[in-house]
Amino acid sequence: MTDVRARPAGASYDTVVIGAGLAGLTAALRLAEAGQRVAVLAKGVGATHLAPPTIDVLGYANGPVGSPAQALPEFAAANPQHPYRQLSTELLRGSLDWFKTRLSDQGYRGGLEENFFVPTAVGAAKPTALLPETMAAGDLRQGGRFVFVGLRGLKDFFPAYLADNVARAERPGEAPVTTRVVELAPPLGQAVDVSSLGFARRFEQADFRESVLTELDRNLVPGEIVGFPAVLGIGGAGEVWRELEARLGHPVFEVPTLPPSVPGIRVYETMTAALRRQGARLVIGSTVAGAERSNGRLEGVVAHTAGRPLTYRAGSFVLATGGFASAGLELDSTGKVREPVLDLPVAGVPGANEPLFGAGYFDEHALSRAGVAVDESRRPVDGEGAPVYENLHAAGATLAGAVPWREGSGNGLSLASGYAAASAILEASE
Amino acid sequence: MTELVRESLDHCVKCTICESFCPYSAATPLFPGPKYVGPQAERFRRTGVSPDTSVDYCSGCGICTNVCPQGVKIAEINSQARAQLWQERGIPLRNQLIARPSVLGRLGTPVAPLANWTLRNRALRYLGERLVGIHRHAAVPRFAGRTFQRWARKHVSPAAERTIVYFHNCGTNYYEPAVGRMTVEVLEHNGFHVVVPPQDCCGLPLQSNGNFPAARAYVRRLAANLAPYARDGCAIVANSTSCGLMLKREAREILEVEDDDVVVVSDAMYDLCEFLLLLHERGELRTDFKPLELTVPYHAPCQQQGHGIGKPALDLFALIPGLRAIELDADCCGIAGTYGLKKEKYEISMTVGERLFGELRESNGDLAACDSETCRWQIEHGADMHAVHPIELLHRAYGLGAAA
Repeated sequence: MTDVRARPAGASYDTVVIGAGLAGLTAALRLAEAGQRVAVLAKGVGATHLAPPTIDVLGYANGPVGSPAQALPEFAAANPQHPYRQLSTELLRGSLDWFKTRLSDQGYRGGLEENFFVPTAVGAAKPTALLPETMAAGDLRQGGRFVFVGLRGLKDFFPAYLADNVARAERPGEAPVTTRVVELAPPLGQAVDVSSLGFARRFEQADFRESVLTELDRNLVPGEIVGFPAVLGIGGAGEVWRELEARLGHPVFEVPTLPPSVPGIRVYETMTAALRRQGARLVIGSTVAGAERSNGRLEGVVAHTAGRPLTYRAGSFVLATGGFASAGLELDSTGKVREPVLDLPVAGVPGANEPLFGAGYFDEHALSRAGVAVDESRRPVDGEGAPVYENLHAAGATLAGAVPWREGSGNGLSLASGYAAASAILEASE
Repeated sequence: MTELVRESLDHCVKCTICESFCPYSAATPLFPGPKYVGPQAERFRRTGVSPDTSVDYCSGCGICTNVCPQGVKIAEINSQARAQLWQERGIPLRNQLIARPSVLGRLGTPVAPLANWTLRNRALRYLGERLVGIHRHAAVPRFAGRTFQRWARKHVSPAAERTIVYFHNCGTNYYEPAVGRMTVEVLEHNGFHVVVPPQDCCGLPLQSNGNFPAARAYVRRLAANLAPYARDGCAIVANSTSCGLMLKREAREILEVEDDDVVVVSDAMYDLCEFLLLLHERGELRTDFKPLELTVPYHAPCQQQGHGIGKPALDLFALIPGLRAIELDADCCGIAGTYGLKKEKYEISMTVGERLFGELRESNGDLAACDSETCRWQIEHGADMHAVHPIELLHRAYGLGAAA
């Protein structure tokens, strides 16, 4: 719940952020905290609801990365077009520290010095810099005896497959990892097919937890580490997790699931509530599809409403609309790539005679590096490197030069670039 | 199905974001979620037969469409699917009855004391639940006895340079005529000559209860009454966010009515707070507000959010000295027009509203503000807190006289 601060008469916004994923929410919250009047406009909700909540800064660069801090300089030097080339280690550290403080209700742990290696939904060992406390005990680096809990009725979660893959997952260290599975059949009433969110709602009910605890308790051997699908509550996840650890007497951790991502929903809920508390305006369901420009400045963006288009004027703008998967970038059937919101120049598009895609699914695809190139102030630039608008900044998966899914850099890049866009705006307004 | 709605279906990537936000599937296993009954089941409906009846438990709140990052018109698909379902099965008498607020209003108004007594008599409400299917505890408004139209016919709006047309709704006309009077007075205070044309229901309750033919007839009749003013270049304001949205978009997108009258009215339609805030942004809104030392938790109704205009009521409240507005986190109050009146859906509706009711209670507010009439009645019922339209606070801050 939020106190709405008094606003200057007839004012437009200080900053309008387009996009409500991690990059957009980060930029918006930082600016609102700095006292700016902020609006977030988004076509819909972003990838927080789909992706794991870990902040992966750099997971792979010629193999798994043990320490992002150590690997980053070489990685940036080898990838001159990569956004990390422009984001200093100090800035990355600052963004991680900021995030940990803002998400303190979820007890984020870690930093830039070393990666955790935690199981994904399919049992790969994923390198990540920050994770919520509910996932920390899943770190595979020290080895251990892991039990993966299956919940009958949970969609798209296969504990046997997960356990089998975790046992042979590529990870640093020699400490042995053994895995096994315990399948539970908690009471679901008439429901037979329940999503991760459905289970998360049930885990917030004491009697449901009781039945899970009773059934699980007699199936554990001392010393085992217990992995649950990431469904241990929504707003009350911290308490649920602590109760399970205390009652079972075992370390407990969450394994990310396929969408919906319950721990990602927790991040969205915390960040949007914080935005409301800061008096920012969130307009979800309003697509930006035009702009008003004058003298190299963006004066306003034009958003769809149920009726006539509405112009939002602001001193600064942040474009954080995502990549191809979120329609922040579009590829048409003739092979043309465009940025559909403001029609910005797109960098990194393969030439007319070059292939857009590699042959295999897991191969490098030239097209995946396409995106918006920015200057040191995070402003989109044209082919000559000049800013398109002096007051427009870009962040997140829209940026050119990264291949987050191969690098294991998705949320790290979104967080750092959203943070950096806010810094640039605050510096310019000083 | 309109081309727009039909095409949007193919953009669904099954990401589940709509299901994560749906407050109704969270409250009942009887509603498997917007994606399930909408984009997924739609492929079965192509053969002409509804695969099951679960779409009837969709309230039509529209949150799914708002949050969808791919632009799928989920709520619109589901609304049309509900109409198909009831076309196949025949619309129950109860749904025909509660979907005609102006008929009920005309019946109840002349006998308001008796009607109000009946609606608050526990034995009769029990009978009403057994015989008609309206839950005995569901929030129902009081007939005012005198309609807003009757006040407006006698009221002489001072001549002014600018003319505006006021689309009040059935709730204002039969239950909350004071809201209509305050709307007129605030607009006049800001230099408008206010015209209140004769008007009837917009057809929204019939649409959400699946009677599209009757809904179309209502909205066409209403649009015919308003269209001449729109053609003269007048803006039309609506204080009911859901009825306003019906004319702005839903009549065209869901009912597929594209008559000239509806189109011209749709283009001229503004939500009341949207309009006042636009005036303010042009520097044309009077800001001679007196301080109101009040703490006011504000709930933006789902249909208000469907306008895609942010929360202009909060921006207006910020102009009133002393007023401490609180933006609530909960999305939906659970009533969804007529949904929460139904005996089989009342409990679901109250479960959906629980989060909002809790936030209201914790807010220590003096009163609640909310743009939609049925949501206000639900808030009063569920949170036991007086709830007003934002215009009432503006009216009070302008010093335009007693509220009622």
